[in-house]
Amino acid sequence: MNMRGYLLRKFIQASITIFIVVFMNFFLFRIMPGDPIRVLIRNPKISADALERVREQFGLNESRLVQFWIYLRDLFSGDLGTSFNYRQPVWDIVMERVPATVLLIGTATVLSIIIGVLLGVIFAWKRGTRVDIVGLSVSLVLYSMPTFWVAIIMVMIFAVYWQIFPLGGMGMPGTFYASAWAELTSQLRYMFLPTITFTLILIGEYVLIMRSSLLEVMREDYMLTARAKGVNNRNLLLKHALPNAMLPVVTLIAINLGFIVGGTIQIETVFSWPGLGRLMYTALTNRDYPVLQGLFLLITIAVIGANFCADILYRYLDPRVKS
Amino acid sequence: MNSALVKKDTFALWKKNLSSFWSIYRQNSMGLIGMVILLIFALMAILGPYLVDITIMTVDGVTQVIHPPTSEYWLGTDDLGKDILAGVIVGSRVSLMVGLAATAISMVIGTVVGIVSGFYGRVVDALLMRFTDVFLVIPWLPLMLVMAALLGPSLGNIIFVIGITSWAGTARIIRSQTLSVKERPYVERARAIGSGDTHIMFYHILPNVFPLIFANTVLVAAVAILSETTLSFLGMGDPTQVTWGMMLHFAFSMGAVSFGAWWWLLPPGICVVLVVLSFTFIGYALDEVLNPKLRRRDQ
Repeated sequence: MNMRGYLLRKFIQASITIFIVVFMNFFLFRIMPGDPIRVLIRNPKISADALERVREQFGLNESRLVQFWIYLRDLFSGDLGTSFNYRQPVWDIVMERVPATVLLIGTATVLSIIIGVLLGVIFAWKRGTRVDIVGLSVSLVLYSMPTFWVAIIMVMIFAVYWQIFPLGGMGMPGTFYASAWAELTSQLRYMFLPTITFTLILIGEYVLIMRSSLLEVMREDYMLTARAKGVNNRNLLLKHALPNAMLPVVTLIAINLGFIVGGTIQIETVFSWPGLGRLMYTALTNRDYPVLQGLFLLITIAVIGANFCADILYRYLDPRVKS
Repeated sequence: MNSALVKKDTFALWKKNLSSFWSIYRQNSMGLIGMVILLIFALMAILGPYLVDITIMTVDGVTQVIHPPTSEYWLGTDDLGKDILAGVIVGSRVSLMVGLAATAISMVIGTVVGIVSGFYGRVVDALLMRFTDVFLVIPWLPLMLVMAALLGPSLGNIIFVIGITSWAGTARIIRSQTLSVKERPYVERARAIGSGDTHIMFYHILPNVFPLIFANTVLVAAVAILSETTLSFLGMGDPTQVTWGMMLHFAFSMGAVSFGAWWWLLPPGICVVLVVLSFTFIGYALDEVLNPKLRRRDQ
């Protein structure tokens, strides 16, 4: 199959998935028990007359299908509704918090891939030794820990007992710094714990996948050929083994995105990091359904988009898939 | 051949399979450790209410609140003066029950979707797999949180939400196995003598994908227990039930972190980690037993 056909097929698949998610997102919030109007008003003593007026105002007297159509129309014009809690458009609230989350997720992902790949290579190279066994056990234990719990332990050790780092947040708003350097170091101090915690959570899987992938590659015939040609150990690893062994890591980044999103909700909650994850938590506790709905939709679309990109990248990187 | 004889043969076959399974399994130290840990927790869950004097679960005045471990309260007390050790023991029952019930739902959905999809192929397969992909790609925690928030906090809802969101991986694995099983001669033979689709799926395909279901169940159980803890921690649990996740939820929201109350935060978390780890260990061991290719490679 040629590249264009492949692209088109993947694009259509991703679009269908997004449509199903939009559909689910709409009906999930409507077929669930409880009248949305009751949630909206929060006043049990409202008169029937006023109830009818609100119902009309929000288009809730229309049929489900018409409601879905209105929802779709609004969605395409970027209208995700108004937050119950903040009384602001959901879109604005969400967009305001994107940078903080992207910063956290981005830094942690890059760090965990670099360190994870490095450790994976070391463990694979020294397989069966004590280093390998200890490393694997630690990865496995980290993998079995609830993310929020690791975050709590990190806060307890580094912010409560030793008080090296702040408890949470992203810096005091309105603080005046003596210099740009002072501002940067202060920001870094706030970022350090959440980022390191996130890296610890993510790293295990990269280590495991890199290790097994490298072990797999080292068994391939072309590795034997390279060795027979007299390629030294260093080049054997860097030029022959690594490029091939890195391929599953690319796929893992995409598959992991759902896991990363789940992680950021927990880490931002524990560290009071002002991003999308914390927004989701506050929306949950306040039962702020429009924010919850909009956030869920945008996060899911972002994940589907990233998966689509990873599919294409993978095909581009691995010539064997093309044939 | 009368049916009693057939039953006896089946039984003997089961016994033989089981003992050969055990002889391989017990050589795996990881699997054995996992099994022992899990048995201890299972005992704790079953005997919990008999081990713990229920009175120490009740409020014990204000002098004993958020108190570090003493000789009387081995793991200290929480903000209401309740004994943490008692909470951890009692909590094991509901935590494990939620995990196992959610796993059961997930396995049933995953197996049915996988077998039906693989067996019928064509349109059915395309539609079901598209649907499965949707569940695979949607970030699981936001989906579970949204559903749990809409359904309201209760144990039943938590079980339902975890079960309904975690079957997709199983469905894919079972489907690919079904694709290979349905081409085998005995399926064709069954069809030739007039067996219906349901009969073939139930009596010929299901038994042959069963080992896979078994190995997968263990891994899904680990995920289900982690999910319960996380959902409860984020406030979606049933506040009237004691689970490890709910204990951590209350500890965190009552400020146990800034009190430095490690005795309140560590024990429930350690229990979760041990249970998840033991399921993972058993999963690895089963993989090795059921997958001879893997076994040979390690030697």
